[in-house]
Amino acid sequence: MKSTYPKQQGLYNPENEHDACGVGIVAQLHGGKSHDIVEKGLQVLEHMNHRGAEGIDSKTGDGAGILVQIPHEFILLQGIAVPEKGKYGTGLIFLPKNNAEAEECLAIIKKEIASEALSLIAVRDVPVDNSILGKGSLATEPQIKQLFITGCDSQDELERKLYIVRKKSEIAVMNSSMEHKSDFYINSLSTKTIVYKGMLTSPQLREYYKDLTNPNFTSAISLVHSRFSTNTFPTWNLAQPFRLLGHNGEINTIKGNRIWMTARESVLKSDKLGNLKDLFPIVQPDMSDSASLDNVFEFLMMAGLSLPHALSMLVPESWNEKNPISEDLKAFYEYHSMFMEPWDGPADLMFTDGRYAGGMLDRNGLRPARYLITNDDLLVMASETGVLKFKASDIREKGRLRPGKMFLIDTEKGEIHYDAEIKDSLAKAYPYREWLNKNRIDLATVSSGRTAEISLPNYKAMVTEFGYTKEDIDFLITSMALEGKEPVNSMGNDTPLAVISDKPQRLFAYFRQLFAQVTNPPIDPIREELVMSMTNYVGSIHTNLLEPAPEICKMVKIKNPILTNIQFDLLLNLNYKGFSTTVLPMLFDPQYGAEGLEKAVDELCKSAEKAVDAGKNYIVLSDRGVDAQHAAIPSLLAVSAVHHYLVEKRKRMQTAIVVETAEPREVMHFALLFGYGANIVNPYMAFAVLQEEIKKGNISLDYESAQNHYIKSVTKGIMKIMSKMGIATIRSYRGAQIFEAVGIGSYVLDKYFKGTNSKIGGIDMSDIYRDIADAHKKAFAPDAEDSWTVVNAGNYAFRKDGELHAWNPETISKLQLATRSGDYAKFKEFTKAVDEKAHPMWLRDFMDYKRNPIDISEVEPASEIVKHFVAGAMSFGAISAEAHEAIAMAMNKLGTKSNTGEGGEDSERYKPREDGLSTRSAIKQVASGRFGVTTEYLVNADEIQIKVAQGAKPGEGGQLPGFKVDKVIAKTRHSIPGISLISPPPHHDIYSIEDLKQLIYDLRNVNPKAAISVKLVSETGVGTIAAGVAKAKADLILISGAEGGTGASPVSSVKHAGLPGELGLAEAQQTLVMNNLRGLVRLQADGQLKTGRDIIISALLGAEEFGFGTSVLIVLGCVMMRKCHKNTCPMGVATQDPELRKRFLGRHEYLMNFFNFLAEDVREHLAQLGCRTLNEAVGRADLIVPKTFDCNPKISKIDISKLIYMPEEAKTNPLHCVKKGINVVENVIDNQLIAKTKSSIESGAKSELEFPIENTDRTVGAMLSGEIVRKYGEAGLPDDTIKVTFKGSAGQSFGAFLTHGVTFRLEGDTNDYVGKGLSGGKIAVVPAEGTTYAPEKNIIAGNTILYGATSGEVYISGRVGERFCVRNSGAIAVVEGVGDHCCEYMTGGRAVILGSTGRNFAAGMSGGIAYVLNMQGNFDYFCNMEMVELSLLEDSSDVHELQNLIYNHYTYTGSPIAKRILTNWNDYLDKFIKVVPIEYKKVLHDERIAAINKKIAEVERDY
Amino acid sequence: MTIGRKEAGYRPIHERVTDFSEVEQTLNLEDRKLQASRCMDCGVPFCHWACPLGNKNPEWQDLMYKGKWREAMEKLQQTSNFPEFTGRVCPALCEKSCVLAQTGEAVTCRENEAALIEYAFNQGMIVPRPPKTRSGKKVAVIGSGPSGLATADLLNKMGHSVTVYEKDNAIGGLLRFGIPDFKLNKKVIDRRLDVLRAEGIEFVTSTHIGTDITGKELLKKFDAICLTMGSGEPRDLPIEGRDLKGVYFALQLLQQQNHINAGEEVSADDRISAKGKKVLVIGGGDTGSDCVGTATRQGAASVTQIEIMPKPPIGFNPATPWPNYPMILKTSSSHEEGCDRYWNLASKRFIGKDGVLTGVEVAEVEWSKDPQTGKMGMKETGKTHVIEADMVLLAMGFVHPVHTGLLDELQVNYDQRGNVAIDGNQMSSVDKVFAAGDTASGASLVVRAIASGRKAAAAINKYLSENNL
Repeated sequence: MKSTYPKQQGLYNPENEHDACGVGIVAQLHGGKSHDIVEKGLQVLEHMNHRGAEGIDSKTGDGAGILVQIPHEFILLQGIAVPEKGKYGTGLIFLPKNNAEAEECLAIIKKEIASEALSLIAVRDVPVDNSILGKGSLATEPQIKQLFITGCDSQDELERKLYIVRKKSEIAVMNSSMEHKSDFYINSLSTKTIVYKGMLTSPQLREYYKDLTNPNFTSAISLVHSRFSTNTFPTWNLAQPFRLLGHNGEINTIKGNRIWMTARESVLKSDKLGNLKDLFPIVQPDMSDSASLDNVFEFLMMAGLSLPHALSMLVPESWNEKNPISEDLKAFYEYHSMFMEPWDGPADLMFTDGRYAGGMLDRNGLRPARYLITNDDLLVMASETGVLKFKASDIREKGRLRPGKMFLIDTEKGEIHYDAEIKDSLAKAYPYREWLNKNRIDLATVSSGRTAEISLPNYKAMVTEFGYTKEDIDFLITSMALEGKEPVNSMGNDTPLAVISDKPQRLFAYFRQLFAQVTNPPIDPIREELVMSMTNYVGSIHTNLLEPAPEICKMVKIKNPILTNIQFDLLLNLNYKGFSTTVLPMLFDPQYGAEGLEKAVDELCKSAEKAVDAGKNYIVLSDRGVDAQHAAIPSLLAVSAVHHYLVEKRKRMQTAIVVETAEPREVMHFALLFGYGANIVNPYMAFAVLQEEIKKGNISLDYESAQNHYIKSVTKGIMKIMSKMGIATIRSYRGAQIFEAVGIGSYVLDKYFKGTNSKIGGIDMSDIYRDIADAHKKAFAPDAEDSWTVVNAGNYAFRKDGELHAWNPETISKLQLATRSGDYAKFKEFTKAVDEKAHPMWLRDFMDYKRNPIDISEVEPASEIVKHFVAGAMSFGAISAEAHEAIAMAMNKLGTKSNTGEGGEDSERYKPREDGLSTRSAIKQVASGRFGVTTEYLVNADEIQIKVAQGAKPGEGGQLPGFKVDKVIAKTRHSIPGISLISPPPHHDIYSIEDLKQLIYDLRNVNPKAAISVKLVSETGVGTIAAGVAKAKADLILISGAEGGTGASPVSSVKHAGLPGELGLAEAQQTLVMNNLRGLVRLQADGQLKTGRDIIISALLGAEEFGFGTSVLIVLGCVMMRKCHKNTCPMGVATQDPELRKRFLGRHEYLMNFFNFLAEDVREHLAQLGCRTLNEAVGRADLIVPKTFDCNPKISKIDISKLIYMPEEAKTNPLHCVKKGINVVENVIDNQLIAKTKSSIESGAKSELEFPIENTDRTVGAMLSGEIVRKYGEAGLPDDTIKVTFKGSAGQSFGAFLTHGVTFRLEGDTNDYVGKGLSGGKIAVVPAEGTTYAPEKNIIAGNTILYGATSGEVYISGRVGERFCVRNSGAIAVVEGVGDHCCEYMTGGRAVILGSTGRNFAAGMSGGIAYVLNMQGNFDYFCNMEMVELSLLEDSSDVHELQNLIYNHYTYTGSPIAKRILTNWNDYLDKFIKVVPIEYKKVLHDERIAAINKKIAEVERDY
Repeated sequence: MTIGRKEAGYRPIHERVTDFSEVEQTLNLEDRKLQASRCMDCGVPFCHWACPLGNKNPEWQDLMYKGKWREAMEKLQQTSNFPEFTGRVCPALCEKSCVLAQTGEAVTCRENEAALIEYAFNQGMIVPRPPKTRSGKKVAVIGSGPSGLATADLLNKMGHSVTVYEKDNAIGGLLRFGIPDFKLNKKVIDRRLDVLRAEGIEFVTSTHIGTDITGKELLKKFDAICLTMGSGEPRDLPIEGRDLKGVYFALQLLQQQNHINAGEEVSADDRISAKGKKVLVIGGGDTGSDCVGTATRQGAASVTQIEIMPKPPIGFNPATPWPNYPMILKTSSSHEEGCDRYWNLASKRFIGKDGVLTGVEVAEVEWSKDPQTGKMGMKETGKTHVIEADMVLLAMGFVHPVHTGLLDELQVNYDQRGNVAIDGNQMSSVDKVFAAGDTASGASLVVRAIASGRKAAAAINKYLSENNL
């Protein structure tokens, strides 16, 4: 028995576990305890069952739990002689099943109890019913006992002592040698609260713990949590709630937070807790991110901070200038930001300490939380509304938590505390503002007459020493200086990994960025900049962070961590302000070899420690001073080594690491330096390059502008990299190590990059040294000056003497010739060139397979094999119509599938052509932009693919500039010609795994016949995510290699984000098999697949389907110009220019040749393998044998054993998909709707229906709409053919994809995603009958309403949450108040807001119009003015339109405010603001002029 | 793509046939820059791949377009020693594989190259840059054709002392005496030689190694030797009448004309002139074409060229699609000047009268693919006829370097085709003795010779630095 995750094996690593969930709280405002509160808590849980998940055996849940006040009366009734309330502590503990070890654990606790002078008065066996458990949870079920401890009169003191007992016991058990020590876990130990939890499903909780259903078991507060874990591994102790909180979300910065907590240990002192050393580590190892947060939260409270204080410090709201909060509160946040980095990530936190209960959201508000208060003072707060039923007339108030805001009740005093009040008292507790003003120095305001030299005397030698290439200078640095942004490139990365390459590499090149997918969303650094911050503080000498003190803020504030030479010089010379520093050279003498390098690094660490001891406020690591005798230590190595060393010594909090280095030049380099601990970087060499290029006339800017642009580019790039992981501040990004090493050996990683892994082993110090030494020798050779030249390394464009490219003239031309001529022999020449190349390029080149030949005639025919191939997603818009249709025709003819990409599809293509060919794409993609995702589009799919990420740019959005959006593209994307189309980085309806489950559910409802696939990108942890996706009931999972192509992407994403496909694929396969989920899903792989051998290796690693993108384009004529983003493709493949499109030479027959050849090639390999079908080979990693190469000293250090690992479970669990057909949806309201409206669907007769509805009824209307659209197409039925009234609280996605002719009316309220993808239907939401509160003051619907809607109407009588009308491209909506980010990315339609708005209104809005009732007169503050213009309504047509819309609103909802406005129209009219995107205005203007011109022309003709 | 391909073109035929001056014209600088701007900086530059030298066309053409002539020149010279030669005589493999060649509008790389280097010479950008230090190592280069010059140039720049030996009376090998002046003006060679001399290369002419100096002596004197003496053995046509007067090897004509153009006197007896003659050129390659142009300029009564292979397709050959070098009908400036061309003709015998040639009997042949081997086979159709001719020029290529003399003396091994066999480091079977260009690989293009010479120089340099002799 083991009650924690499986150990690390193969590519599976328990560190990657994610969870997300439903969380809720029920509390009596006045503290009245009752069993009803417990019961209601359990009901809340059961009503969020759909947010949790279960494994393959439906009885094993991912975890559920409840936190309540200690049920004193119940305990007494159990015959336990506890003293009066508050004088004893209790809690459940999990013990190993093994009795001896259980005893040992108990003994340890007893010892700690005794040493705190407390006494254990009773141990109770907690009655449980384990007959209900599933196999998984039963196998790992612990012994559960309840302890009762007394011995101290003061409740506060006893509480602290119990904390100490618990911490010490945990540490003692951890340090013991017990075999099952990881099964030991103390749920809680408190005088106030108690936690019951386990690896249970939500409904099991009450059945398992008998106590919970006992009527005497009472509490005034119950906090419940149901867990959706990506994996189904036994994890009793990771069920939530923890001791204080339940967390729905994810801490993206957790690695860094944990490291910083360790570093912080030396500057924490608390009289209350005594010797803290005994309690360290504060963060219990091997637990989840939520558990870690709870640990710290609890610690801070034990040390005396108030609950809101501790939380505001850990999860601060955004407080930059774009946020409307008081200066005092900003000062509070700023003060705390100096020593506590945000625990950043999506979070819906609900918490209670037994007296206070409340909730708060992260700064982005990426999780939903709704609450209501009844007339009899019951608070219900949960991830969803409708989790408990109340009569409308019983409800006093409804609301939602807002981003960064808190809500709290005090059950002792019976008070409700809203955010403003809570924060106000926090802000006023100390004179933070004064402290800051007096102590904090803003570097930007320091002035001095000092100057700093930019140019370098030994420039040429430095270029060589630091390996600046022509592409670095011309392509990267120069374009950053000119454009102010990172250059864009297209197509994928086809160069080998740094560890495989023969070319010299910077250490940076061995790292890859990680990014958020599914379990947490990337954030949007451009459109939602208000949450981002690059501000830093350096220089403090902390002594104790737990005592507020003005000295803490004696620091230098630096707004941007990339310093110019002048700023850097200033920072170095702040002695007069009381800041001292020391410069430590990052140099070594190359003559002493790799040992010399290592020694130099180690000495650097020691010097850094000495500097801290000497009280230096910050240390400077500098590689200035490179000369013949001194080479530079790689800056990343030095930074990470020093950072980790100081953390280890608990001295990292006392100083800051400032790096003065010639090495970093591109965004990734800076990101790595910060990610591994640098506070500030001065890239002096990049600046010298700028100056040199200006001198040469290659940058026609003055130096200051070029420098500003360059810094801006890097800053923007870093924000993008941070936001890809869902991180908003550089302070929490620093040291968070959100990277994976690929090809660095464990010696280097363990010593200098602790916590970072490389799954394939790799280089050691000698390899690092070799590249440095070679460059150094060249740089300082006697004739170096004369023969000096800037090398073109050919990293981006092929060069003969440069880096290898998989797509080179030979492979491109061979493939084109073979497929055009239809000559299989020529194709074999191509496969030979790819498969038998002398130098490996990919990890799969290191794999061969065992031969066991059979006759090829025994192998299944090529026509079967071809069905395993699909064309990759390439949007019409990125590639030309000719290319897009050729792909579709070929795939349809072959009986397999092509993919629309994210640009929608012209409905003409759904019909077969005259020549019998079909250009319909069988796979319809749903991406974050939702362009053209209509009901009609979806029902015309055989497979619907949710693109969570794209290999070339995971975690990023995209943009199609207006000039590329011609009439045809605009039509298929449901937008307006000439208007830029922007895809957001996240799907705004996928912030978590349960959200993805919901989207899958939505799509399956619209089109129950289509398989649903989810596209992920290879990265560490993708296996865990894949398991979650399988549990979210997808039919197919695509693991995309990071090498995949793109039409346009910043270069650093193409090169540095994501992992090689092989790693992701193997990890997904291993994890799915271990979870026994593999049999339920198909697995698809892509990323630079070219030949039968590539396919076979991918199959052996676990894929049964294979996607082809780049090779498909090459067959159609692409020659890898890498100019897709410029619309200048000379081959007519990736362009919309009609002239260039004429040059298209491709034919669908070529593609058919390609896929038939591939299938034939696969057959030959299968025969060699001895497999009769491709499926037989799937997942047989045991048939792979490593292949060795001897090209360079690094290659032999690559170890692929983890890739070809077969988990033990592979012996029994399926290795490929054995499920027949696709998953089905059952028991939805729509089944009844369809049955009851049969006559309407068939003949258009009118139907009117009424239904009750609950929050568990999700996606109502989608299946009905799908049925209608299948029959009538986009037009649907005539207006109001089917009218349905619902009563109650609707679940998520109410009215999603509702089509024309269907009208829904909801009396009650509803959750997130109302009218998602609305395609012509109408929705009205009104408060339930009997509602007493004013609708416009209360929240009635959730977040992300009308996401991706293309047409239709929505009228909501009440307020709604964040991101109303996000990516709306045609629907009309009226609402009475909205949260943040309203109308984000809107490209069409109308939004009328008859109430207040949140922040960041109209961010990224490029089309459509919004009318906002601006009663407060402050709308302009809340509006993001980047792309829109505000005006009063002056045009009579606007006035007319608005009046009509409000009139409709009144008609549909009877809204009192609509009535008020209409009756006092003239008073209200001038309070309305019209919001029009500037681009849209131009289009409207042009249309108007065109109309006038037409009229004039006609008039003239009359003459 | 808004700018079309524009070639400079040739001087008018009536004008150019009267002299031996270069036939190709030049564009003005602005047009030239526009032509350079047509390069699209491909992600996969096929031109660069196809070029044996690996010229970075996208890079120098971009610099050229931006008017950064000096940088462009330097970029070009990094991979190419003598752009002024290849810019004139290279068949431009780059242009054939230009992405735009697929639609018949390749960038004018070769002309751009020539224009760039000419500009650089005119502006005085090409100045001698002798090495700062000398290694003390001595290398002899035998033969001063493109390969030898490239080897010598690089080795000299690396600091070694290089002596180039040439058996003829002037430096340049086939560049000087093989290629007609109307394609490559010899001043262009002299101009480069001035630079090379100033940089310290020693040139010894009229010295036949193997005769005037033995290989042994040379081996004693030098730390390494590089054989770049070309592929001197022309392919003969040993049929009846071969010894008739009027049957010459192509090079006999071309070399003599080049000597005459250089101002040398040739006795009337030795003079080979096409003046007033009916000339038949046997062999359809570049040398044959040069013979055509030369004969025309000498005042031939008629010029006919025959080829044993079939007539290649015009414009596009599906057997050699892009980015391969297209096997298509090439019509050179010399052909334009007037010449009858016939294909599928095998020469059967030379017919003469009184020991003097009067005609050639040719037989029509057919080519077909052997279904078994897939190889093309030839069969005579039986039809024969006689082409009247009083001068025949044999331009059927070269077999291998001259063995007798130096090579046999050095006892180097030969490969199957009779070329000097070399290893991966361009070294022959004899230590210290390297080979490059046609000597090692058989007759080929100037650009390949230069590339081979560069490779040899790098190998020799490595040899010299590793074997601390």
